[in-house]
Amino acid sequence: MRLSKAWIVASKDFKTFTKRKSILYTIIYFELIVSVGIPFIVRFAETKAARAGVLPNLLDAFSFLYVIGAGLAPLGIAAYSLVGEKIQKSLEPLLATPTTDEEILAGKSIAAFLPAMAATYIGALIFVALIDLFTHSTLNYYYFPNSNFAIILFLLAPLACILSVGYNILVSSRVNDVRTAQQLGALILVPFGALYLLSEIQVLHLTTGNMLIVAAVLAVVDVIVFYLVKATFRREDILTKWK
Amino acid sequence: MNMIEVKNLTKQFGEVTAVDSLTFHVARGEIFGLLGPNGAGKTTTIRMLCCLISKTSGEAQIGGYSIGNGADSLVIRKLIGLVPDNIGLYEELSAYENLDYYGKLYECPEAQRKERIEYYLDMMELWEKRDQSVSDYSKGMKQKVAISRALIHDPELLFFDEPTANLDPEASKVVREIILKLKTDGKTVFLNTHNLDEAQRICDRIGILKTKLLAVNTPEELEKTVWGNIRTVIQVEQINDQILAAVRKLNPKDLSVEENNIILILADPQKENADFVQAIVSAGGRIQNVTQLNPGLEETYLKVIRETK
Repeated sequence: MRLSKAWIVASKDFKTFTKRKSILYTIIYFELIVSVGIPFIVRFAETKAARAGVLPNLLDAFSFLYVIGAGLAPLGIAAYSLVGEKIQKSLEPLLATPTTDEEILAGKSIAAFLPAMAATYIGALIFVALIDLFTHSTLNYYYFPNSNFAIILFLLAPLACILSVGYNILVSSRVNDVRTAQQLGALILVPFGALYLLSEIQVLHLTTGNMLIVAAVLAVVDVIVFYLVKATFRREDILTKWK
Repeated sequence: MNMIEVKNLTKQFGEVTAVDSLTFHVARGEIFGLLGPNGAGKTTTIRMLCCLISKTSGEAQIGGYSIGNGADSLVIRKLIGLVPDNIGLYEELSAYENLDYYGKLYECPEAQRKERIEYYLDMMELWEKRDQSVSDYSKGMKQKVAISRALIHDPELLFFDEPTANLDPEASKVVREIILKLKTDGKTVFLNTHNLDEAQRICDRIGILKTKLLAVNTPEELEKTVWGNIRTVIQVEQINDQILAAVRKLNPKDLSVEENNIILILADPQKENADFVQAIVSAGGRIQNVTQLNPGLEETYLKVIRETK
């Protein structure tokens, strides 16, 4: 597989996204709410929470939102990337070029993965800066960065993003409009949402060990989804079986 | 060596045979038209030849490379350009951006890519609108961009799948002129079409497909093969015995008279028509009209298709 070819495919998609503002908004909204909104909520609630001794647990739970964000951010891009090609009927001329199925698939995946992760990391930087600013006087130390947040950002978030990209490609092969693809694609977030709720209500503690277990499970699911996507993304099937 | 060589090419989708044992060739520099009703297997044939879908059995070579061979597929895709029935442009991008993207996918060096984009957009009279989003283009303009896209890597062989479907007569004429220009540039063209008039005007040879290839020949030879002899009708002001005797003297293959029309079947109408006209005039006949009753490709096509039902 030639990465240069995959990059050409991805670059074209980046260019398309800059012209389709609605796709950019789907990436930005959630990150903005989590990265700016939550620190301000923490700022107003921190004294009470610190007194109750739950502030660190609360911050750990909030930081898990970046896993959800990494899964959510590629929804719009991945859905548009393939369903958009189907709607515009541009897959046939694309598949007629001397580009392999793997190169096209890799290009589409990069196009969804990179902006999603970039948004996640930029959002995380803002989140860390604001949380440290607002909680330092109460905690007397900078809560972030810490090892748990590093696992979230550099292990769980990319794995969640890869899963979301793969799952959305599978969904996109079955549907014909972007909105349906996004709605069905969002189902991938349900398990992450459940984990977040469990951590918020203190049923599940986001300890390093627990997060590594979640990461291991995600990695296995990612591999399974990768093989499913590879089996789905075959040019003959795309032209004759995809709806 | 022929540009396309096809032998017993077959495609099945499960139990359904879409294309059955096709055997034909397309010479270099030729415009070959494939005619057939909906569902006849025309698009499936193009897709197999473009290495987009696999064959079930048989052989096909494009420029000497085999379509069934994985390694050859990438080489074949560089040799060919495809204009599919759905134009398939990226509507958000401009014509220039669309062509630049495909130029990169076809591995054209940057300088060459820029040169060709300018050349083709200029040729299609779209250079002034190169930065305009394709979504603002008319259908005819989009089709011109799609043709430029197929030509961006200077392929030897062009596949057109229904290139004038949904275009107005003016845009259709432009597309036909472009295809004829490609022939003069030495390109080989494979054309799928429903438009019989278009096929007759621009194709060197025609194949009639209905899952099986029912006939292949030049439009004129197809007519001769299907209909036998072509009739010449000479309308004379007043027919008399002297005129009929003069006509019989030239030994036509068949002679009949209907009202003031002398209907002849001749071995070689192109050569003999003038002799018959001269004989009638010499016998005192006043000729009002000379017509060749040509069934045309449409009638020929319909006869071939009906006979297979």
